Amino acid sequence: MSAHDSAVLERHGLKPDEYDRIVQALGREPSLTELGIFSVMWSEHCSYKSSRIHLKKLPTRGPRVLQGPGENAGAVDIGGGLAAVFKIESHNHPSFIEPYQGAATGVGGIIRDIFTMGARPIALLNSLRFGPMDGATGARTRRTVEGVVAGIAGYGNSIGIPTIGGEIAFEDCYAGNPLVNVMCLGIARSDALVKGNAGGVGNPVYYVGARTGRDGIHGATMASAEFDDRSAEKRPAVQVGDPFMEKLLLEACLELMKGDALIGVQDMGAAGLTCATSEMGARGGCGIEIDVQHVPQRETGMTPYEIMLSESQERMLLVVKRGREAEVEAIFQKWDLHAARIGSVTETGLLQVKSRGETVAEIPNAALVDEAPVYDRPTARPRYLDEVHRLDLESLTPVSPQQALGSLLSSPTIASKRWVYRQYDHMVRTNTLVLAGMGAGVVRVKGTPRALAMSTDGNGRYCYLDPRRGAMLALAEAARNVACAGAVPIGATNCLNFGNPEKPDIMWGLVEAIEGLSDACRALDIPITGGNVSLYNETDGRAIFPTPVIGVVGLIEDASCALGRSFRAAGSEIVLLGASVGRGDAEPKGRAASAGLGGSEYLKILHGLIAGDVPHLDLEAERALLALLAKATAGRLLLSAHDCSDGGLAVTLAESAFDSGGIGCLVDLPAEGAMGEWDVLADLFGEAGGRVVVSVAAGSLGPLMDLAAECGVPARRVGRTGGDRIAVTVGGRAAIDWKLADAERLWSEALAQYFARPAA
Amino acid sequence: MKFAVVVFPGSNCDHDAYHAARHVLGQDAVFVWHKETSLQGADAVILPGGFSHGDYLRTGAIARFSPVMNTVTAFARGGGPVLGICNGFQILLEAGLLPGAMLRNKDLKFHCEHVHLRVEQTDTPFTLRAPVGQTLRIPIAHGEGNYFAEPDVLRDLEASRRVVFRYCDTSGIATPGSNPNGAVNNIAGICNEGRNVVGLMPHPERACEPALGSADGLVLFESVVSALAAQASLP
Repeated sequence: MSAHDSAVLERHGLKPDEYDRIVQALGREPSLTELGIFSVMWSEHCSYKSSRIHLKKLPTRGPRVLQGPGENAGAVDIGGGLAAVFKIESHNHPSFIEPYQGAATGVGGIIRDIFTMGARPIALLNSLRFGPMDGATGARTRRTVEGVVAGIAGYGNSIGIPTIGGEIAFEDCYAGNPLVNVMCLGIARSDALVKGNAGGVGNPVYYVGARTGRDGIHGATMASAEFDDRSAEKRPAVQVGDPFMEKLLLEACLELMKGDALIGVQDMGAAGLTCATSEMGARGGCGIEIDVQHVPQRETGMTPYEIMLSESQERMLLVVKRGREAEVEAIFQKWDLHAARIGSVTETGLLQVKSRGETVAEIPNAALVDEAPVYDRPTARPRYLDEVHRLDLESLTPVSPQQALGSLLSSPTIASKRWVYRQYDHMVRTNTLVLAGMGAGVVRVKGTPRALAMSTDGNGRYCYLDPRRGAMLALAEAARNVACAGAVPIGATNCLNFGNPEKPDIMWGLVEAIEGLSDACRALDIPITGGNVSLYNETDGRAIFPTPVIGVVGLIEDASCALGRSFRAAGSEIVLLGASVGRGDAEPKGRAASAGLGGSEYLKILHGLIAGDVPHLDLEAERALLALLAKATAGRLLLSAHDCSDGGLAVTLAESAFDSGGIGCLVDLPAEGAMGEWDVLADLFGEAGGRVVVSVAAGSLGPLMDLAAECGVPARRVGRTGGDRIAVTVGGRAAIDWKLADAERLWSEALAQYFARPAA
Repeated sequence: MKFAVVVFPGSNCDHDAYHAARHVLGQDAVFVWHKETSLQGADAVILPGGFSHGDYLRTGAIARFSPVMNTVTAFARGGGPVLGICNGFQILLEAGLLPGAMLRNKDLKFHCEHVHLRVEQTDTPFTLRAPVGQTLRIPIAHGEGNYFAEPDVLRDLEASRRVVFRYCDTSGIATPGSNPNGAVNNIAGICNEGRNVVGLMPHPERACEPALGSADGLVLFESVVSALAAQASLP
């Protein structure tokens, strides 16, 4: 007979067999406090129980990797004795319930993960997914977008870390479950990375930062369940962010880390004090004993259960060397922070929680962390895939290229995101070399000649059609984006956003995506150093598209070589690197235009279709292209570089002309035999990977073509910059001829116009 | 010469001002913690941007009570050059070293972007190297930069030529369209009666190197170096 009835277990998100395992681990029935502790540590969010066996397939090692998955963040060597420390994390569920605070605390959480490693955070990025801005749910979506953007801005701007890039996409499936993925990167001395370890029996355990309240209790459990129409009732499980408190914590922790009084530190994020104590103990192979009466509390009458499970923000747990207490306390005092000694390190391997001296929980750390359940969940290929792969273009009426370009440029996914990024301070710390909206984010590393480029990318539509290739394309696009900025990709972090893994078709997508990502990482030689899995992204039983989001970090040895996407001078030559057109040179002969348009933004926006085979990808060609871009930028051959992705070559050409100060282009794309209407559209709007549009000074054309040949990358001069029009012909036949200023106005104003409407 | 960069809890452009003074200009610079009461012998003071004390109350409202502000006020009253940038400007307003107040941007949103400023006055230590009417391209990054002053204060400011910078278009004309936040009379920066205390919302320290997109902000720092050199060479 269990001490807790099934309703209690259900409320804790624990299955009956999981309860049995708890009893087995303890050798007795757990108390309610212990049950609460197990429930958060064994939640999907903290334990990765559905994904763990598959995540092992990802390549996590490489010559530059200093820290792979398992710590608060990953780290790669960037030379000069420095490390780039970075990670991406989701805050999807809280952002749906309370957009401003959900997004703000997401930013706060990932920043803590970075400075916990001893790194000074210098850049933020985000990947956002929302429902459509129009239609029945449009008004709510617009409010969500405004709240999320304001929350990211409110936290990042205040704490003074620039938000330098990211991406936003709109798709029906995110209407009831938006995605908010936030990435942070910091710089540390590579010989001074700080770990989240406890150690040294008798060393004191300190709690620093905001007081503990009843907010966020069971946040991790909430993030491990589907949503329904009662989700608004879960609002108390969302925390409120205080960027000022975090700024103080950041500065005080970095000051403390300059000395050697610290053993280990971990932030209290998901699962709060429970997770920080048990993980630090488990990593250090020791025990931790705390008394909750010493935990600073903002409310009276809190129970040990509440204190252990609270997810109040801006709190850190530290283990410091015995005898150095005064030194540590003085540093926090300088920053007006109270460091409370709440316990000490023991040799028992147990998490021992006391309340006024009386033991209220006693659990082996290993049982909470290392021995959490791991599931090999069943998978099944979803049936819808057979349907959606059929694409019969002949049943559709083709749209004129110019009209199609207009529709794409004004669609929220492609339109300028200036309305968003002007709300983000993207220049603070005076490192931003490529301003927001101009391609990958690029920050210099002061005191060195180097710069880092970073990009977050993903495409749910591709992954809906083919999660394996979709995940590969996400990595390839992020890598290509940093390469366009002049960087060599050196590491990646991933955020896997999926539905309920207990459903075999969802689980199939997750496994496919991880395996695809793994293959692509190996092919492009980019290790994954950490990340986050967000499951149960479902509302009322409807799952989001499988949406792996990949953040890639690239190194630019000479910061002065950093490039943006826009044309720089009239009269420069425009060269298309990679397969020549949307259908892709490298594809088997005879592939129909339909292959080129599969999964494209064109099909979705102009024909309301999400169908076909996802864009072509050749990882060998992609690898050669990355190598070419690295050499060409280091040799200062290029004036601008912009990759082809959403909206295909036509959108890439238009975006290269935008923000250039009015430099148009005259482009003629090659025709292959007799070109039908669909062939032209596929060449202009197909989204095959592995292609980049560059502009070069006339004198650099020859050297670039030679270098491309040397690297084995097809390169074709397709036109010249200049004039005040975007003029594109295909095989000499006019396709697009549009005044640049008109096209640019349409593109610049489209997103802002949604928010000029009265709120419904 | 030596710059003192005051650090309040929540300052976040302190490192940027220090970098501009020390590494771009090659001058001496020190951080001064807000609890200190000595400026460490500095010749000029910068109150940097950021969100002092979180700016949960009115911007700058708590920072004015920091111990260092007594010293800064005495330094300013003695004629020492003081530059308040963004939150530093807001603190100068709260401390009464400059007149007026800040409202939220007219569209209630934070704006981070390059804007154009016209240099209106060149007889301050922070503008003497700029020609009158020079147009500077400098970024703003604020949510509360909508400068406001009572009509009589405003009249006095204009009459005594104390509007130092005005938002303008690329050709140097102060138009409504070039005003990013709704500031009265397109005011981006002002000075005190003694002309030695200057506050502005835009961030000149972010525009000191061509690699960052503009070096137009350098003139403010070069000006104060010149001003102090001229002062030192006086008999």
